[in-house]
Amino acid sequence: MKRREPLSNTQLLMSIAIGIFVFMYTAAIIGLGGGFLKFQQVFDLLNDNAYLIIIGCALTVVMIGGGINISVGGVISLTVMACALFLNGTGMQNGLGVFVTLLLALGIGLAFGVGQGFLVSYLGIQPFIVTLAGMFLSRGLTTMLSVNPVKVTHESFLALSKTKIQIGFLGYVAQNGNQIPAKLEIGAVVAILVVICSFLMLRYVKLGRNIYALGGNQQSALMLGINVKRTRFLSYVISGLLSGLAGFIFIMHKPAGNASVAMRSEMDAIAASIIGGTLLTGGVGNVIGTFFGVMILATIQKIIGLSGLNDSWWQDMASGALLGFFILLQSVVLSGREKRRAQKTASPVLQKG
Amino acid sequence: MSAAKKITKKAGGLGQLMIPLIALAILILFNLIRDPGFFSIEMVTNNEGNQVLSGNLISIIDSASALAIISMGMTLVTAACGGQDISVGAVAAIAGAFFVKVANAGDSITTGSFILGVLVCILGTIAFKMFNGTLVSVFKIQPMIATLILFSCGRSIAYWINGSATPQLVGPIINAVGKTIPGIPIPTPIFIVVLMAILLGLVFKFTNLRLYTQSVGINQGAARLNGINPTAIKLLSFVILGVCVAVAAVIGVCRLHQLNHKTLLVDIEMDAILAVAIGGNNLGGGRFRILGSVLGAYIIQMLTTTLYAMSVDPVNVKAYKAIVIIIIVVAGSPVIKSRVTALFNRIRTSRSIAAAGRGVE
Repeated sequence: MKRREPLSNTQLLMSIAIGIFVFMYTAAIIGLGGGFLKFQQVFDLLNDNAYLIIIGCALTVVMIGGGINISVGGVISLTVMACALFLNGTGMQNGLGVFVTLLLALGIGLAFGVGQGFLVSYLGIQPFIVTLAGMFLSRGLTTMLSVNPVKVTHESFLALSKTKIQIGFLGYVAQNGNQIPAKLEIGAVVAILVVICSFLMLRYVKLGRNIYALGGNQQSALMLGINVKRTRFLSYVISGLLSGLAGFIFIMHKPAGNASVAMRSEMDAIAASIIGGTLLTGGVGNVIGTFFGVMILATIQKIIGLSGLNDSWWQDMASGALLGFFILLQSVVLSGREKRRAQKTASPVLQKG
Repeated sequence: MSAAKKITKKAGGLGQLMIPLIALAILILFNLIRDPGFFSIEMVTNNEGNQVLSGNLISIIDSASALAIISMGMTLVTAACGGQDISVGAVAAIAGAFFVKVANAGDSITTGSFILGVLVCILGTIAFKMFNGTLVSVFKIQPMIATLILFSCGRSIAYWINGSATPQLVGPIINAVGKTIPGIPIPTPIFIVVLMAILLGLVFKFTNLRLYTQSVGINQGAARLNGINPTAIKLLSFVILGVCVAVAAVIGVCRLHQLNHKTLLVDIEMDAILAVAIGGNNLGGGRFRILGSVLGAYIIQMLTTTLYAMSVDPVNVKAYKAIVIIIIVVAGSPVIKSRVTALFNRIRTSRSIAAAGRGVE
C-alpha cells in the first residue's frame, strides 16, 4: 500500500483551527440555543468582520514571507476618512463617484504598500519599524484630514452599502409566519473572494511559491535563483493593496469616517493569522486558516455578548486566554513533530524495518 | 575574561551611537535656530510652593523618564530573544494596579505603605513578565506573539484587579516621587532614571550578563555549547524588563496622582521599540548598547516637545513623528551605511593616491 503523505505543519495547524471553530460553534448552539442555528448568524459574523478577514489575508501573506505589517489598521482609518471626505465633496453623484472612491482607496493602500515594501526590501530596514512608522503616519494623516466624524451623504454609495444579497432558502420563518431571507453584504462576498484568490495565489502562482520559499529560508531562496528583494517588495505591495480594499469594505459596512476606526485591528489580524496556523517566523501558513481564525475571534465576541457578560474586559480576557491556548498548542505540537522527525532521521534502519 | 572585555570593547565603539548622536545634534540645532530661547531654564515656584527649575529642556528629560527606563529593559530583551515585548504598556497598567491597590489600602499613603506598594508592584510585574519569558524561552515562541496575549488582555486584568475605574492617590510622597522633592529643584523621575542606569551599569560591570546576553542573541546553540543557559538568560532579561516596567508604572501613576488603566503609559511599547531601533540596536538580537536606546528615548521625547512647541495639533503629531523616524532609520539602514562607507573609502584612496603621486614627484 502506498504510504500517505504526512500532513504538513501548515495543514495540521489549520485543521486544529477549523476543529476548534466547529467545536466552539457547536458549543454555542447547545449552550445559547436557537440563534446560532440560523444561517443569518454566520452571515452576520461575515458581514461585521469582512474587513478583518481581508487584512487577515494581507498579514498572512506578509508573515509567510517572514515579515510583519502593523500599519494595516492605520491604512484602513486613513482610507475610510479619505473616502468619506471625497464622497461628500465630489460632484459625481452617480456610480462613477463610487468607482473613483474605490480607486482612491486602492491607491492609498498601494502607496503605503509600495513605500513600505521599498524601505523593507531594498533598503533593508526592519519591517516592524517601517510599518510602525506607517501606522503613525496613516493615523496622523487621518486626524489631519478631519478630527470630527464624517457621515457619508453620497446617495448611490449609500444605496450600494445598503444592498444585500438575499438568499431565500437559507432564511428562517419569523414568528408571524413571514419568510425572512438570509442577508449577505457585498463586503462579505468580497472578503470571501479575497480569501479564495489569496489561497490560489499562494498555492499555484509562482509569486506565492516564492513567498513561501523566502519565508522558509532566505538563503536557500536566493540560491534557487528567486529574486528575494522583489518577492518581499511584492508581498508588502499586496498587503498594502488589501488594506486599502479593507478600508473601502469598512466604509461600505459603516458609511462614516472616524479617526478611531479600526483601532488595534492590526493586532486582531495578527492574532487571527496565528490562530489559523501562520508562524511569525515565516514559511508556514494558510489564508484559509486565517479565515477561521477571524471567525473564531468573532464567535467568542458574539458568545460573550449573548451570555450577558457585555463588559469589554471579559471579551479581552477571553480572546487573550484563547490566543494563549493556541500559541501553546502550536508550540507543543510543532516541537513534538520536530522531535519525532529527528528520531526518524537518526535511525533510518529502524524506520525501514 | 580579557578576551571577553575585548569583544565588549569592540562592540562598544562610537559607531553604533553615531546616528542617534547626529539626530540629537540636528534636533538641538534646529530648535536653537528656530527659537534661541528654547532651552532656557528658569526658577519658578510651583503649586506646592517649592522652588523648581522649569523649561523645555527639563520637561523633555523629565517626561522621557518612563520611556527611558522601559527602553533599557527592552534593549536587553531584544538582544537576548531577538524579538520585542509589545505588552509593556499593558503590563505597566497591571503594575500600576498592584501599586495603587497596596499603597491605597490604608487611610492615607505613608512612606511605609508606599514602599510596600512598590515592592508588591515589582514582584507582581516580575510574575507577569515571567509568564511572557517562559513562553519565549521554554516554549520557544516568538516574543512578539508571546506578548500579544498580555497586550490584548493586560489592561483588562488591571481593571479587574482594581475593580474601579480611576482610583486617586493623594499624599506628599506621591508628589515627591512623581514631581519634585521639596528643596530639590530637579524633578524626581530624572533621579530615578539615573539610579536605574547606575544599577544596570553595576550589573554589567560585575557580572558577565552583557557577554552572555549577546552570545545568546547571536547564536543560541553556540552559547549553549559554551555552557551558557539560554533559557535562564532569556528569562532573566524579561525579569529585568519587569523591574523597569514596574518602576516606570510607579512614576506614571505618581505623576498623574491617579491610575487610569486605559491611558497609563499607553502606546509606550511602540515608542520603546522605536527607541531601541533609533539607538542603533539590531532588532534581530545580538549586540546592544543600552546608552543608544536611552538616547533614542530622549530623541523621541525631544521630537514630540519640539512639535508641540511649533504649535502642531497634538492629534497630528504622529504623522510628523513618522516622517522623522523614517528619515532616521533610512540614514541608519545597512544599504545607506555601506554606500557611505564606500564613498569615504573612495575619498581616502584617491587622497592616498594623490599623496603617493606627490611623493614620487
